[in-house]
Amino acid sequence: MADPGIWSQVFNFADYGQLLGLVHNSLIAGAVLGVVGGLIGTFVMMRDLPFAVHSISELSFAGASGALLMGANVVLGSLSGSILAALVIGLLGSRARDRNSIIGVLMPFGLGLGVLFLALYKGRAANKFGLLTGQIVAVDTPQLSWLLATSAVVVVGLLVIWRPLAFASTDPELAAGRGVPVAALSTIFMVLLGLTVAMSVQIVGALLVLSVVCTPAAAAMRVTASPLLVTVLSVLFAVGSVVGGILLALGSTIPISPYVTTISFLIYIVCRIVGARRQRRGWQVIPRPRAPLPAAVR
Amino acid sequence: MSAPVLEFEDAGLSFGPRRLWSGLSLRVEPGEFVAVLGANGSGKTSLVRAILGLQRLSSGRIRLVGSPPRRGSDDIGYVPQQRRIDPLTPMRARDIVGQGLDGHRWGLGRQAGRAARVRAALESVDAAAFADLPIGLLSGGEQQRVRIAQALVADPGLLLCDEPLLSLDLRSQRTITALVDRRRREKGTAVVFVTHEINPVLPYVDRVLYLADGRFRVGSVEEVFTSTTMSELYGVPVEVVRINGRILVAGIPQADEAHHHENGAVSGARRG
Repeated sequence: MADPGIWSQVFNFADYGQLLGLVHNSLIAGAVLGVVGGLIGTFVMMRDLPFAVHSISELSFAGASGALLMGANVVLGSLSGSILAALVIGLLGSRARDRNSIIGVLMPFGLGLGVLFLALYKGRAANKFGLLTGQIVAVDTPQLSWLLATSAVVVVGLLVIWRPLAFASTDPELAAGRGVPVAALSTIFMVLLGLTVAMSVQIVGALLVLSVVCTPAAAAMRVTASPLLVTVLSVLFAVGSVVGGILLALGSTIPISPYVTTISFLIYIVCRIVGARRQRRGWQVIPRPRAPLPAAVR
Repeated sequence: MSAPVLEFEDAGLSFGPRRLWSGLSLRVEPGEFVAVLGANGSGKTSLVRAILGLQRLSSGRIRLVGSPPRRGSDDIGYVPQQRRIDPLTPMRARDIVGQGLDGHRWGLGRQAGRAARVRAALESVDAAAFADLPIGLLSGGEQQRVRIAQALVADPGLLLCDEPLLSLDLRSQRTITALVDRRRREKGTAVVFVTHEINPVLPYVDRVLYLADGRFRVGSVEEVFTSTTMSELYGVPVEVVRINGRILVAGIPQADEAHHHENGAVSGARRG
């Protein structure tokens, strides 16, 4: 229980150069995940879906642990779980109230299934724990190529639907009036979200997906209202959290997720403080106009 | 006579046995301000949806600048009911207006001159000062002005407003209606303005379309807002009184203006 012992478990930078070479794949995976998580996170926040993300990741966890138990492909298991959950939430929960109750029902069910599968599984304990809390140091080359391919699908998909999706997320009624296929877009988005979550589960673990898919965007939205800047900051924050987390976790015996979540949380705190100060002093350079607009303001 | 912007020809709309309106013929000319009024459930919103191409007519037809309405037409600028936008929405006023130009387009390409058009649209509703402010921090009236700029930025022939004054204070209501009126005078934009309250638009209205109980009446305010016409429309005695330039209507057989009756289930509550 000596202090130095704990600290050397948490931070240990001995042989850092050599270790760095070993986690080459993981760093790429982390950066890519950060980009995708940061991008999609903007919409997760605009569409009020953080709770849904958590539920999808629990079902993804159930799928992955089921696959582990049956000796099937864990990635496929995790993908099918999350896409199924995403579609159910997307199709049944078009209204916020419905959505939350469906999510509340799905989440414990997914977690329970996952726990059941893991309890039955007789293999390595590290495999079990990894699904919940992340196992990035073990990203191998086939896994990395799968990750890159999925990310490419999500990013391209998002860029194609970006504008109509943003329109539908700000004002669905108006967007529908302009001919945006709001319902179809919602389904497509949920599939992309399912893909992203399944990817994140592989890396940061089911319990901590939100730190990549929600926190960075939430932080960015505190400091700016420019859609472009929100997206850029959200990606930067997410990449910073994941890559920074891997780099800090490298020499330690601890999973990477606490590092990732802590960095991501600290960024959020800083952004909140900056945002609050800005709110008090007035937004942007121009102060909020008061008198000069006759018969207009208020 | 110029070509009409919007034209109904013997148009009718029913949902099953429930007839909202039928035999509706109406030509809206460029620069004309037509107010659409009627009790809740009388088919105002369905009329808007039909013009937007989101709702098929049961009979007759609609022409928008000569062709049938289609989803996402650039000929219509649409202003929906005022609804609060979440304060944290990552959009500035100018971004919301930009959505009126290309928010419905796929991909990321942007037209040349986009920024200038957005600025001009914001100026046309006296909202240039808050172009860079987050939309969620604006007041309800300010947000609604930005929405009007959004509806006008693509330079549509028809401005279609669905209860744009709802939940706005009196001063914002006056600002919005005056802005809409200015636009149609300056650019010849036709205006179809759905409202449950005639008084805010009284100074500007050219004609009124009044829907009630499957019947309708088209005409000037003076023609439609009389005790005789209204009593005919509703089938019960209705009193129309003018006081200080305001029109008060008493005796309309409807439960209330509450929202929970808005979608369909009105008929039961009607007689209350």
